[in-house]
Amino acid sequence: MRSAISRTGAWCAGLALAATVAVPVAAQDFQARAWAASCAACHGTDGRSTGAVPPLAGRPKADLLRAMQDFKSDKRSATIMHQHAKGYTDAELERIAEYFSKVSR
Amino acid sequence: MSSLNRREFMKRLAAAGAAVGASSLYGCAAPGAGAGARVVVIGGGWGGCTAGKYIRKWAPEIEVTVVERNPTFVSCPISNWVIGGIKTMGDVTFSYDNLVKRWGVKMVRDDVTAVDLGKRQVRLASGGTLGYDRLIVSPGIDFMYEGIPGLKSPAAQERVPHAWKAGPQTAALRKQLEAMRNGGVYAIWIPVSPYRCPPGPYERASMVAHYFKQAKPRSKILILDANQDIQSKKPLFTKAWNEIYPGMIEYRPNSELVDVDAKSLTVKLLGGDVKADVLNVAPPQKAGEIAHRIGLVNINNRWCGIDWRTMESVVHKNVHVLGDSTLSAPAMPKSGHMANQHGKICADAVIALLTGRPVNEEPIISNTCYSLVSDKEAIHVASVHKYDKAQKTLVPVKGAGGISKERNALEVAYTQAWADNLWADMLA
Repeated sequence: MRSAISRTGAWCAGLALAATVAVPVAAQDFQARAWAASCAACHGTDGRSTGAVPPLAGRPKADLLRAMQDFKSDKRSATIMHQHAKGYTDAELERIAEYFSKVSR
Repeated sequence: MSSLNRREFMKRLAAAGAAVGASSLYGCAAPGAGAGARVVVIGGGWGGCTAGKYIRKWAPEIEVTVVERNPTFVSCPISNWVIGGIKTMGDVTFSYDNLVKRWGVKMVRDDVTAVDLGKRQVRLASGGTLGYDRLIVSPGIDFMYEGIPGLKSPAAQERVPHAWKAGPQTAALRKQLEAMRNGGVYAIWIPVSPYRCPPGPYERASMVAHYFKQAKPRSKILILDANQDIQSKKPLFTKAWNEIYPGMIEYRPNSELVDVDAKSLTVKLLGGDVKADVLNVAPPQKAGEIAHRIGLVNINNRWCGIDWRTMESVVHKNVHVLGDSTLSAPAMPKSGHMANQHGKICADAVIALLTGRPVNEEPIISNTCYSLVSDKEAIHVASVHKYDKAQKTLVPVKGAGGISKERNALEVAYTQAWADNLWADMLA
C-alpha cells in the first residue's frame, strides 16, 4: 500500500496543477474540521445542538470568535467555556470559528 | 498484504479524480480517493461507534464494519442515574439502527476470536472472517480478577456486581439497593488509578445517597477507596456530601483489598474485614481482552501504547486502539467522552492514511465530564489536550481546564445536553 500512496501523491499534485476547482474552504481545512469535531460532545455534531447547550452551526464567524475570545479573557462569565477557550490560541479559534460559520444550520 | 492491489487502487482513484479539488494546506485528497478501502472496528462502544460513523461521514467511499457482541448500546455514562432511580435502563439504551441505515456502517453481531495481522483478517466466533486495510480496536476494559480469588466465579460476580460495564449489572445493582433494608450499608470498593471514569464511584455514591435519603434514610454509604484520596472533583463532592447528605457517606482512603467473600458480602481489606448489605466492587482494570490476544498490550500487561496523532498501535502497524484500552496520556481520564474524542482523531487519521493526504500533526481534544451530586445539582471537570512534539503525546494545556466553581442546577441541564449530544454524535 505504501508505494501506491506515494504514487498517489504524485498523481494528486499533477491533477491539482492541471485543473484547480474551487472547493469551499471548510471542506479543505481538514485540521480545523478535526479540531471543531471536539466541540460536538456538548454542542452537537457539526455544532447542531439539542438541549441547553447553544448551537454553533452557521453562526457568524465574528460572533463565534468574539465569544471565545471573551471567554478566554474572562470578560464573559461562564460555567465551563472559559476553561475550554483558554486551551486554544487565537489563530486556532479563528479557524474553528470559520469552520462552524460555514456549516449549514 | 491488502487485497486492494495497487492497480485497482489507481483505477479507482482515476475514476474519482474527475472531482479533484484545489490543493489545500494539507495536500491533495481527491474526494472518493479511499474507494474500495475497508475498515473493521472491533467494539461498538463510545470509541468504535464514533470512529465508524465519522469515517463514513467524512469519507463515505470507505467501507466500515463494526463487530459488536451486544444487541444494543447501553451507556455507562449516566448509568449511575439509573442506579440512583433518576433514570431507567431504557433511558440509557440505544439502537445501532441509524449507524446502519443512515451511515451505511455494516454492523456484525459477533465476537472476535483472533486477528491474522499478516493477512489482515479478523476471525469471528461464528466462523466468518472480515478482511481489512485498517483495523480499529476499541474493546473498553476487562477486569483483573487474579488478585481477587473470591470473585472468580460467575455466581460471585453476580452477587457482588461491579456495574462498571453498563447493562444487566446496572439493573442488578439497582435491584439489590431496592431490596436492601432501611438502615443497611451499601459499600463500594474503588481500585487504584487508573480505572475507567475517575469521578464514577463518587457520583455513584451520591446517587445512592440521593435514593437512600428518599426511600430508606437510616441507610449508609461506605466508600472504600484503594487510592489515597478522592480521584476527581474532590472539593465539590466532599462539600455536597457534607451539605446534602450529612452523616450518610463515609469515605475511607488507602483501602487495599486482599479478597472478597461473596457469600457473606464481606470485603477483606489489609486493615480488616468490612461487611455490607449491598457490596459493589469494581476490580482493577486492563485493556479489553481482545487487545491482549491481538498483541497490542505493551504496558504493564494492562494498556496499549499508541501514537496520539493517529491512535495507531506502537506495536502493530495498520491497527489503531481507542478509549479505555489505551495507555492514557498525561492527566487524561479513561472515559466515554474521551473515547469519543479518540474516535475522531482516529477517523481523521485513518482517512488521511487511506487517501494519501498528510496526517494532522497537531490534534487538540478536550475532556468535559459532568457528575450529578443530587437530582438537582451537577458539577464538572474540563481539560484541553494538545499534541506536544517533544513529549510525543497529548499534554494538558496549562491555564485551561478546571472544575465547577460550585455545584448548581444549570449544570444539570448542561449534563443532559452533553449526554444527548454525545449519544446522537455516535449513534444518530
